[in-house]
Amino acid sequence: MNEFAELSYALDTFYFLICGILVMWMAAGFSMLEAGLVRSKNTAEILTKNVALFAIACTMYLLVGYYLMYSSAEGGFIPNLGFLIGDENSAAAVTAGGDDAPYYSMRSDFFFQVVFVATAMSIVSGAVAERMKLWAFLAFAVVMTAVIYPVSGYWTWGGGWISAIGFSDYAGSGIVHMAGAAAALAGVLVLGPRKGKYGKDGSIRAIPGANLPLATLGTFILWMGWFGFNGGSELKMSDVGSANAVAQVMVNTNAAAAGGVIAALILAKLWFRKADLTMALNGGLAGLVAITAGPSAPTALGAMLIGVVGGLLVVASIVMLDKLKLDDPVGAISVHGVVGIWGCLAVPLTNADATFGAQIIGMAGIFAWVFIASLIVWLILKAVMGIRVTEEEEYEGVDIAECGMEAYPEFSASSK
Amino acid sequence: MKLITAIIKPFKLDDVREALADNGVQGITVTEVKGFGRQKGHTELYRGAEYVVDFLPKVKVEVAVDDSRLESVLDAICSAANSGKIGDGKVFVTPLDDVIRIRTGERGGDAV
Repeated sequence: MNEFAELSYALDTFYFLICGILVMWMAAGFSMLEAGLVRSKNTAEILTKNVALFAIACTMYLLVGYYLMYSSAEGGFIPNLGFLIGDENSAAAVTAGGDDAPYYSMRSDFFFQVVFVATAMSIVSGAVAERMKLWAFLAFAVVMTAVIYPVSGYWTWGGGWISAIGFSDYAGSGIVHMAGAAAALAGVLVLGPRKGKYGKDGSIRAIPGANLPLATLGTFILWMGWFGFNGGSELKMSDVGSANAVAQVMVNTNAAAAGGVIAALILAKLWFRKADLTMALNGGLAGLVAITAGPSAPTALGAMLIGVVGGLLVVASIVMLDKLKLDDPVGAISVHGVVGIWGCLAVPLTNADATFGAQIIGMAGIFAWVFIASLIVWLILKAVMGIRVTEEEEYEGVDIAECGMEAYPEFSASSK
Repeated sequence: MKLITAIIKPFKLDDVREALADNGVQGITVTEVKGFGRQKGHTELYRGAEYVVDFLPKVKVEVAVDDSRLESVLDAICSAANSGKIGDGKVFVTPLDDVIRIRTGERGGDAV
């Protein structure tokens, strides 16, 4: 019996760690997607942001974030302050059996959670690309990953008040994706649009991305990483029910992404008369975000339809945000925010345990906290160090201004 | 001697090169260029927002010829590059004072 318990524990831990590694790889996906959708003069800087924010997220979550999120009182509002990540399980506790026996390593839980924080922070970097100061962004990353995300994380997955009202968000359409988008929206509002994006007469000008092969690669990497993001969130693999649930989650995750691509591509073709690749890519990600709140309950066909709605929403949202003069070079606020809301609202359609009331209150709570806290931090950063590069630096490109190097120094750009 | 500078549609380059070879032209210089004529630029959509393409991609073909062959070469270029649609391009003819073949030092008509 002990051997059986230990083997299950080992299997669940192993599965958890592999899923965490897949989610870690999403950092590469975000890096490539963002590098592809900005202009070449801002490539090295966006890559610097992506690698640095990942390291900052891992460090701050290790120091304080994980403790804030998972060591506080059930049903509460204010988290306990503390540091580091606690003790590992003993073999005796695992083999003791019963409902309270741990079935995966505490370290694997930390590992899985920490890569989620990095995902939420990655969402911000794309929205504020091409004009924000590198070090202001990194300063924000410290606060976001140490405090802002862990507090709303405590309210939800950590067992706080939003969890207590019955909010259901399986892998984080709201908790991770909408939270990241709320922080990004606050940043975009304080920062303003890229120079040249909107004409004096109110016209909207497109600023095409420099490298669509990279953007496509990034999307496929994110698609792959999402199997860990959603699949790992089942938390268990070592019995028939859990194994089937994980398989269902992966099938549904894939189906939703496919539905999102098809819907966005067709809508773009009908609306803009051209098959806009960047919209198809955003559509795939929208399908993934949409299914993340409830990937285990729907049938595969139902998941595909949830993805289809996500794909349609994201195209409309990108055009709408542009009209509102909210400049988001990669569409992060639409993909993760607008579609994240749809994902949370779709849960009660297929899961009888969830209610629309709890979903709406939960999302309002997460959004209000992350948006207001982020807004305050952005405004403080603006007052203290400034968050925007100078007009000249923006024209020359933040690669040279912030990093002193170009991403492609051997090729002369045909236009700045 | 004359220098012919033809601005043509990029997809017509192979046809023009073949027509020139058939007319005994020994060498040409080709450059990828951008510009606008009466066709002007055009607009494209990216993520639902318009952007203007002011300069269209063209190919510039430069050929040096003896006066005796000028008309036949011009005819060859014009018929090969003609698609009948706006944006087919233009041909400029300018006098050429001298030509030197670097390897042999030949000058003038012998070097063309």
